[in-house]
Amino acid sequence: MHELGIVQQVIEIVSQECAGRRVRRVVLEIGKLSAVMPDAVRFCFDLAAEGTPVAGARLEIVETPGVGRCRSCGALVELLRPFGRCACDGTDLEWVSGEELKIREMEVA
Amino acid sequence: MCATCGCGRAEDTHQHADGTVHSHGHDHHDHGHEHSHGHEHDHSHPHNHSHPHDHSHPHDHDRKGETIRLEREVLERNDRLAERNRGFLAARHVLALNLVSSPGAGKTTLLERTIRDAGRELGIEVIEGDQETSADADRIRAAGAQAVQINTGTGCHLDAAMVAGAFARLKLPLRSTLLIENVGNLVCPALFDLGERAKVVVASVTEGEDKPLKYPHMFRASAVLVLNKIDLLPHVRFDVDRFLANARQVNPRQTVFQVSATRGDGLADWYGWLREQRAAA
Repeated sequence: MHELGIVQQVIEIVSQECAGRRVRRVVLEIGKLSAVMPDAVRFCFDLAAEGTPVAGARLEIVETPGVGRCRSCGALVELLRPFGRCACDGTDLEWVSGEELKIREMEVA
Repeated sequence: MCATCGCGRAEDTHQHADGTVHSHGHDHHDHGHEHSHGHEHDHSHPHNHSHPHDHSHPHDHDRKGETIRLEREVLERNDRLAERNRGFLAARHVLALNLVSSPGAGKTTLLERTIRDAGRELGIEVIEGDQETSADADRIRAAGAQAVQINTGTGCHLDAAMVAGAFARLKLPLRSTLLIENVGNLVCPALFDLGERAKVVVASVTEGEDKPLKYPHMFRASAVLVLNKIDLLPHVRFDVDRFLANARQVNPRQTVFQVSATRGDGLADWYGWLREQRAAA
Protein backbone atom coordinates (compact mmCIF):
# COMPACT_ATOMS: atom_id res chain seq x y z
CA MET A 1 0.00 0.00 0.00
CA HIS A 2 1.63 3.21 -1.18
CA GLU A 3 -1.07 5.50 0.24
CA LEU A 4 0.78 5.91 3.54
CA GLY A 5 3.82 7.25 1.67
CA ILE A 6 1.54 9.55 -0.34
CA VAL A 7 -0.09 10.88 2.84
CA GLN A 8 3.32 11.45 4.44
CA GLN A 9 4.26 13.61 1.45
CA VAL A 10 1.04 15.58 1.87
CA ILE A 11 1.70 16.15 5.57
CA GLU A 12 5.28 17.18 4.84
CA ILE A 13 4.31 19.77 2.20
CA VAL A 14 1.43 21.18 4.24
CA SER A 15 3.56 21.33 7.40
CA GLN A 16 6.14 23.43 5.55
CA GLU A 17 3.57 25.69 3.92
CA CYS A 18 1.63 26.45 7.09
CA ALA A 19 4.67 28.12 8.70
CA GLY A 20 3.81 26.97 12.20
CA ARG A 21 0.10 27.85 12.08
CA ARG A 22 -2.37 25.15 12.94
CA VAL A 23 -3.90 23.52 9.89
CA ARG A 24 -7.67 23.05 10.02
CA ARG A 25 -8.45 21.63 6.63
CA VAL A 26 -6.59 20.10 3.72
CA VAL A 27 -8.13 19.68 0.27
CA LEU A 28 -6.64 16.94 -1.91
CA GLU A 29 -7.43 16.30 -5.55
CA ILE A 30 -7.20 12.63 -6.50
CA GLY A 31 -7.90 11.55 -10.06
CA LYS A 32 -9.85 8.37 -10.71
CA LEU A 33 -6.94 7.05 -12.78
CA SER A 34 -4.20 8.00 -10.33
CA ALA A 35 -3.73 4.56 -8.71
CA VAL A 36 -4.39 6.12 -5.31
CA MET A 37 -7.42 5.03 -3.31
CA PRO A 38 -9.20 7.85 -1.46
CA ASP A 39 -10.40 5.49 1.28
CA ALA A 40 -6.87 4.34 2.00
CA VAL A 41 -5.70 7.97 2.08
CA ARG A 42 -8.45 8.84 4.57
CA PHE A 43 -7.49 5.83 6.65
CA CYS A 44 -3.86 6.98 7.00
CA PHE A 45 -4.38 10.71 7.30
CA ASP A 46 -5.13 11.19 11.01
CA LEU A 47 -2.40 8.81 12.02
CA ALA A 48 0.22 10.45 9.80
CA ALA A 49 -0.83 13.93 10.97
CA GLU A 50 -0.25 13.15 14.65
CA GLY A 51 2.43 15.32 16.21
CA THR A 52 2.49 17.75 13.25
CA PRO A 53 0.73 21.11 12.71
CA VAL A 54 -1.77 19.11 10.61
CA ALA A 55 -3.00 17.07 13.59
CA GLY A 56 -6.78 17.33 13.89
CA ALA A 57 -7.21 18.87 10.43
CA ARG A 58 -10.15 17.78 8.32
CA LEU A 59 -9.27 16.04 5.07
CA GLU A 60 -11.40 16.75 2.01
CA ILE A 61 -10.89 14.75 -1.15
CA VAL A 62 -12.07 15.93 -4.55
CA GLU A 63 -12.13 13.09 -7.05
CA THR A 64 -11.50 14.08 -10.66
CA PRO A 65 -13.18 11.92 -13.29
CA GLY A 66 -11.15 9.89 -15.74
CA VAL A 67 -11.46 11.04 -19.35
CA GLY A 68 -9.55 9.80 -22.38
CA ARG A 69 -9.40 11.08 -25.95
CA CYS A 70 -9.53 8.39 -28.60
CA ARG A 71 -6.45 8.58 -30.82
CA SER A 72 -8.43 7.07 -33.72
CA CYS A 73 -11.50 9.29 -33.88
CA GLY A 74 -10.89 12.06 -31.35
CA ALA A 75 -13.97 11.35 -29.23
CA LEU A 76 -13.86 11.75 -25.46
CA VAL A 77 -14.43 8.58 -23.44
CA GLU A 78 -15.26 8.41 -19.76
CA LEU A 79 -12.87 6.07 -17.96
CA LEU A 80 -13.79 4.33 -14.73
CA ARG A 81 -10.66 2.18 -14.91
CA PRO A 82 -7.25 2.95 -16.37
CA PHE A 83 -8.30 1.60 -19.75
CA GLY A 84 -11.41 1.64 -21.87
CA ARG A 85 -12.91 1.38 -25.30
CA CYS A 86 -14.23 4.15 -27.52
CA ALA A 87 -17.54 3.86 -29.37
CA CYS A 88 -15.42 3.46 -32.54
CA ASP A 89 -13.80 0.40 -30.89
CA GLY A 90 -10.48 2.22 -30.40
CA THR A 91 -8.52 1.40 -27.24
CA ASP A 92 -5.60 3.77 -27.81
CA LEU A 93 -6.70 6.56 -25.48
CA GLU A 94 -4.79 9.63 -24.47
CA TRP A 95 -5.66 10.56 -20.90
CA VAL A 96 -6.91 14.11 -20.58
CA SER A 97 -8.14 13.95 -16.99
CA GLY A 98 -7.97 11.62 -14.01
CA GLU A 99 -4.26 11.37 -13.19
CA GLU A 100 -4.29 14.28 -10.73
CA LEU A 101 -2.62 13.85 -7.36
CA LYS A 102 -2.45 17.33 -5.91
CA ILE A 103 -2.83 19.35 -2.75
CA ARG A 104 -5.29 22.04 -3.81
CA GLU A 105 -5.51 24.16 -0.69
CA MET A 106 -5.34 24.29 3.07
CA GLU A 107 -7.08 26.31 5.73
CA VAL A 108 -4.91 27.55 8.59
CA ALA A 109 -5.95 29.04 11.90
CA MET B 1 -20.15 33.55 25.61
CA CYS B 2 -20.10 31.69 22.39
CA ALA B 3 -17.17 33.13 20.48
CA THR B 4 -18.54 32.24 17.09
CA CYS B 5 -22.11 33.49 17.09
CA GLY B 6 -21.83 35.99 19.90
CA CYS B 7 -24.82 34.71 21.82
CA GLY B 8 -24.75 34.64 25.56
CA ARG B 9 -24.75 30.95 26.12
CA ALA B 10 -22.41 28.23 25.17
CA GLU B 11 -24.69 25.34 26.07
CA ASP B 12 -25.92 22.99 23.46
CA THR B 13 -29.31 24.64 22.98
CA HIS B 14 -29.79 28.37 22.93
CA GLN B 15 -32.06 31.07 21.61
CA HIS B 16 -31.00 34.08 19.57
CA ALA B 17 -32.42 37.61 19.49
CA ASP B 18 -34.18 36.89 16.21
CA GLY B 19 -36.02 34.01 17.81
CA THR B 20 -34.24 31.12 16.22
CA VAL B 21 -33.42 28.26 18.48
CA HIS B 22 -30.73 25.84 17.63
CA SER B 23 -28.62 23.24 19.20
CA HIS B 24 -25.10 22.55 18.23
CA GLY B 25 -21.96 21.35 19.90
CA HIS B 26 -20.00 24.54 19.32
CA ASP B 27 -17.21 23.08 17.32
CA HIS B 28 -17.77 25.88 14.81
CA HIS B 29 -14.57 25.56 12.89
CA ASP B 30 -15.42 21.97 12.25
CA HIS B 31 -18.62 22.35 10.25
CA GLY B 32 -19.67 24.57 7.39
CA HIS B 33 -22.57 26.90 8.12
CA GLU B 34 -24.49 28.32 5.21
CA HIS B 35 -22.99 31.76 5.75
CA SER B 36 -23.61 34.60 3.38
CA HIS B 37 -19.99 35.59 3.13
CA GLY B 38 -17.79 34.24 0.38
CA HIS B 39 -16.18 30.95 1.26
CA GLU B 40 -13.98 29.66 -1.51
CA HIS B 41 -15.83 26.38 -1.53
CA ASP B 42 -15.68 25.00 -5.06
CA HIS B 43 -15.66 21.48 -3.73
CA SER B 44 -18.14 19.29 -1.97
CA HIS B 45 -17.55 18.31 1.60
CA PRO B 46 -19.65 16.46 4.06
CA HIS B 47 -21.86 18.71 6.20
CA ASN B 48 -22.44 16.90 9.39
CA HIS B 49 -24.48 19.44 11.31
CA SER B 50 -28.11 18.91 11.94
CA HIS B 51 -29.63 22.38 12.03
CA PRO B 52 -30.61 23.57 8.59
CA HIS B 53 -31.32 27.25 9.03
CA ASP B 54 -29.95 30.54 7.75
CA HIS B 55 -28.31 32.66 10.38
CA SER B 56 -29.04 36.32 10.17
CA HIS B 57 -27.24 37.36 13.32
CA PRO B 58 -23.75 38.77 13.16
CA HIS B 59 -20.95 36.26 13.43
CA ASP B 60 -17.59 36.96 14.85
CA HIS B 61 -15.22 35.65 12.18
CA ASP B 62 -12.02 35.86 14.13
CA ARG B 63 -12.03 32.09 14.40
CA LYS B 64 -12.53 31.53 10.70
CA GLY B 65 -9.27 30.28 9.19
CA GLU B 66 -7.42 31.58 6.19
CA THR B 67 -7.63 29.44 3.07
CA ILE B 68 -4.38 29.20 1.13
CA ARG B 69 -4.25 27.79 -2.37
CA LEU B 70 -1.35 25.39 -2.80
CA GLU B 71 -1.79 23.49 -6.08
CA ARG B 72 1.20 21.34 -5.25
CA GLU B 73 1.90 17.92 -6.76
CA VAL B 74 1.97 15.36 -3.96
CA LEU B 75 4.84 13.45 -5.54
CA GLU B 76 6.78 16.57 -6.54
CA ARG B 77 9.85 15.69 -4.51
CA ASN B 78 10.16 12.25 -6.08
CA ASP B 79 9.45 13.65 -9.54
CA ARG B 80 12.12 16.31 -9.08
CA LEU B 81 14.71 13.77 -7.92
CA ALA B 82 13.77 11.47 -10.79
CA GLU B 83 14.41 14.29 -13.27
CA ARG B 84 17.77 14.87 -11.64
CA ASN B 85 18.58 11.16 -12.01
CA ARG B 86 17.49 11.32 -15.64
CA GLY B 87 19.85 14.23 -16.28
CA PHE B 88 22.71 12.45 -14.51
CA LEU B 89 22.15 9.34 -16.66
CA ALA B 90 21.74 11.29 -19.90
CA ALA B 91 25.02 13.13 -19.31
CA ARG B 92 26.73 9.71 -19.19
CA HIS B 93 24.67 8.26 -22.07
CA VAL B 94 23.57 5.49 -19.72
CA LEU B 95 20.43 3.57 -20.64
CA ALA B 96 18.37 3.00 -17.46
CA LEU B 97 15.42 0.62 -17.35
CA ASN B 98 13.09 -0.01 -14.42
CA LEU B 99 12.07 -3.68 -14.29
CA VAL B 100 8.84 -4.43 -12.50
CA SER B 101 6.79 -7.59 -11.96
CA SER B 102 4.98 -9.59 -9.35
CA PRO B 103 7.27 -11.76 -7.20
CA GLY B 104 8.49 -14.82 -9.05
CA ALA B 105 7.95 -13.72 -12.67
CA GLY B 106 11.65 -14.21 -13.35
CA LYS B 107 13.18 -10.73 -13.32
CA THR B 108 16.41 -11.83 -11.67
CA THR B 109 16.77 -14.87 -13.92
CA LEU B 110 16.20 -12.64 -16.97
CA LEU B 111 18.89 -10.27 -15.70
CA GLU B 112 21.38 -13.09 -15.01
CA ARG B 113 20.88 -14.49 -18.48
CA THR B 114 21.10 -11.06 -20.11
CA ILE B 115 24.35 -10.38 -18.26
CA ARG B 116 25.85 -13.74 -19.28
CA ASP B 117 24.83 -13.40 -22.93
CA ALA B 118 25.19 -9.68 -23.57
CA GLY B 119 26.74 -8.12 -20.48
CA ARG B 120 30.12 -7.53 -22.06
CA GLU B 121 28.62 -5.83 -25.10
CA LEU B 122 26.01 -3.76 -23.25
CA GLY B 123 28.05 -2.91 -20.16
CA ILE B 124 25.42 -3.86 -17.60
CA GLU B 125 25.22 -2.79 -13.98
CA VAL B 126 22.28 -3.55 -11.71
CA ILE B 127 20.44 -1.95 -8.83
CA GLU B 128 18.49 -4.60 -6.90
CA GLY B 129 15.48 -3.58 -4.87
CA ASP B 130 14.09 -6.05 -2.34
CA GLN B 131 12.46 -5.72 1.02
CA GLU B 132 15.12 -7.94 2.60
CA THR B 133 18.33 -9.91 1.84
CA SER B 134 21.12 -9.39 -0.64
CA ALA B 135 20.47 -12.72 -2.35
CA ASP B 136 19.59 -11.13 -5.70
CA ALA B 137 22.62 -8.84 -5.77
CA ASP B 138 24.78 -11.90 -5.03
CA ARG B 139 23.23 -13.72 -7.99
CA ILE B 140 23.88 -10.72 -10.25
CA ARG B 141 27.51 -10.47 -9.16
CA ALA B 142 27.95 -14.19 -9.74
CA ALA B 143 26.64 -13.63 -13.27
CA GLY B 144 29.42 -11.10 -13.77
CA ALA B 145 27.95 -7.63 -13.28
CA GLN B 146 28.33 -4.86 -10.77
CA ALA B 147 25.34 -4.81 -8.39
CA VAL B 148 24.08 -2.64 -5.55
CA GLN B 149 21.39 -3.99 -3.27
CA ILE B 150 18.79 -1.65 -1.81
CA ASN B 151 16.65 -3.08 0.99
CA THR B 152 13.43 -1.16 1.32
CA GLY B 153 12.44 -2.81 4.62
CA THR B 154 8.69 -2.49 4.82
CA GLY B 155 8.68 -0.23 1.75
CA CYS B 156 6.96 -1.72 -1.26
CA HIS B 157 8.79 0.13 -4.04
CA LEU B 158 12.00 1.91 -4.93
CA ASP B 159 11.92 5.69 -5.15
CA ALA B 160 14.11 8.22 -6.91
CA ALA B 161 16.07 9.10 -3.75
CA MET B 162 17.05 5.46 -3.17
CA VAL B 163 18.27 5.20 -6.75
CA ALA B 164 20.23 8.45 -6.43
CA GLY B 165 21.83 6.96 -3.30
CA ALA B 166 22.78 3.85 -5.25
CA PHE B 167 24.50 5.95 -7.94
CA ALA B 168 27.06 6.93 -5.31
CA ARG B 169 27.85 3.25 -4.68
CA LEU B 170 28.04 2.26 -8.36
CA LYS B 171 30.54 2.93 -11.06
CA LEU B 172 28.44 4.01 -14.01
CA PRO B 173 30.70 3.90 -17.05
CA LEU B 174 29.81 6.01 -20.08
CA ARG B 175 27.39 4.33 -22.51
CA SER B 176 26.57 1.49 -20.13
CA THR B 177 23.22 -0.09 -19.33
CA LEU B 178 21.70 0.26 -15.86
CA LEU B 179 19.01 -2.29 -15.08
CA ILE B 180 17.01 -1.46 -11.96
CA GLU B 181 15.14 -4.43 -10.55
CA ASN B 182 12.27 -3.00 -8.56
CA VAL B 183 10.59 -4.68 -5.60
CA GLY B 184 8.30 -7.50 -6.77
CA ASN B 185 4.98 -5.66 -6.71
CA LEU B 186 2.65 -4.74 -9.56
CA VAL B 187 0.99 -1.82 -7.79
CA CYS B 188 3.15 0.74 -6.02
CA PRO B 189 6.19 1.02 -8.33
CA ALA B 190 3.86 2.31 -11.08
CA LEU B 191 3.63 5.65 -9.28
CA PHE B 192 7.29 6.28 -8.61
CA ASP B 193 9.45 7.57 -11.42
CA LEU B 194 13.10 6.64 -10.83
CA GLY B 195 14.52 8.59 -13.76
CA GLU B 196 14.47 5.57 -16.09
CA ARG B 197 14.02 5.70 -19.85
CA ALA B 198 11.27 3.08 -19.65
CA LYS B 199 9.57 0.65 -17.34
CA VAL B 200 9.73 -2.98 -18.40
CA VAL B 201 7.03 -5.20 -16.94
CA VAL B 202 7.92 -8.88 -16.74
CA ALA B 203 5.05 -11.37 -16.62
CA SER B 204 5.20 -15.14 -16.89
CA VAL B 205 3.00 -17.89 -18.26
CA THR B 206 2.55 -19.34 -14.78
CA GLU B 207 0.46 -16.27 -13.90
CA GLY B 208 -3.08 -15.58 -15.11
CA GLU B 209 -3.89 -14.18 -18.56
CA ASP B 210 -5.85 -11.42 -16.87
CA LYS B 211 -2.83 -9.85 -15.12
CA PRO B 212 -2.91 -6.77 -17.41
CA LEU B 213 -6.56 -6.14 -16.53
CA LYS B 214 -5.98 -6.75 -12.82
CA TYR B 215 -2.95 -4.45 -12.63
CA PRO B 216 -3.68 -1.98 -15.42
CA HIS B 217 -1.69 0.89 -13.93
CA MET B 218 1.55 -1.03 -14.19
CA PHE B 219 0.86 -2.37 -17.67
CA ARG B 220 -0.14 1.10 -18.81
CA ALA B 221 3.01 2.66 -17.31
CA SER B 222 5.36 0.09 -18.88
CA ALA B 223 6.49 0.77 -22.44
CA VAL B 224 7.81 -2.79 -22.68
CA LEU B 225 6.30 -6.15 -21.74
CA VAL B 226 8.41 -9.28 -21.45
CA LEU B 227 6.39 -12.48 -21.25
CA ASN B 228 8.73 -14.97 -19.61
CA LYS B 229 8.82 -18.77 -19.10
CA ILE B 230 7.32 -19.57 -22.51
CA ASP B 231 9.21 -22.89 -22.37
CA LEU B 232 6.57 -23.95 -19.83
CA LEU B 233 3.63 -23.36 -22.19
CA PRO B 234 3.12 -27.08 -22.95
CA HIS B 235 2.66 -27.71 -19.22
CA VAL B 236 0.41 -24.86 -18.12
CA ARG B 237 -3.00 -23.58 -19.09
CA PHE B 238 -2.09 -20.17 -20.43
CA ASP B 239 -3.64 -18.62 -23.55
CA VAL B 240 -0.92 -16.37 -24.97
CA ASP B 241 -3.28 -14.68 -27.43
CA ARG B 242 -5.76 -13.83 -24.71
CA PHE B 243 -3.00 -12.46 -22.51
CA LEU B 244 -1.64 -10.31 -25.33
CA ALA B 245 -5.13 -9.04 -26.21
CA ASN B 246 -5.62 -8.00 -22.57
CA ALA B 247 -2.25 -6.25 -22.55
CA ARG B 248 -3.11 -4.48 -25.82
CA GLN B 249 -6.41 -3.30 -24.41
CA VAL B 250 -4.63 -1.64 -21.49
CA ASN B 251 -1.61 -0.42 -23.45
CA PRO B 252 -1.88 -0.59 -27.25
CA ARG B 253 1.58 0.96 -27.65
CA GLN B 254 3.51 -1.60 -25.66
CA THR B 255 6.51 -3.37 -27.21
CA VAL B 256 6.25 -7.09 -26.43
CA PHE B 257 8.88 -9.82 -26.18
CA GLN B 258 8.08 -13.48 -25.55
CA VAL B 259 11.04 -15.20 -23.96
CA SER B 260 12.33 -18.04 -21.88
CA ALA B 261 15.13 -16.73 -19.71
CA THR B 262 16.20 -20.29 -18.88
CA ARG B 263 16.03 -21.91 -22.34
CA GLY B 264 16.87 -18.78 -24.30
CA ASP B 265 13.84 -18.46 -26.60
CA GLY B 266 13.20 -14.95 -27.89
CA LEU B 267 16.16 -13.40 -26.12
CA ALA B 268 17.88 -12.27 -29.33
CA ASP B 269 15.03 -9.81 -29.94
CA TRP B 270 15.25 -8.54 -26.36
CA TYR B 271 19.01 -8.00 -26.69
CA GLY B 272 18.45 -6.27 -30.04
CA TRP B 273 16.02 -3.86 -28.43
CA LEU B 274 18.47 -3.16 -25.56
CA ARG B 275 21.22 -2.49 -28.12
CA GLU B 276 19.04 0.02 -30.00
CA GLN B 277 17.96 1.79 -26.83
CA ARG B 278 21.48 2.05 -25.53
CA ALA B 279 22.67 3.56 -28.80
CA ALA B 280 19.98 6.24 -28.40
CA ALA B 281 20.81 7.01 -24.76
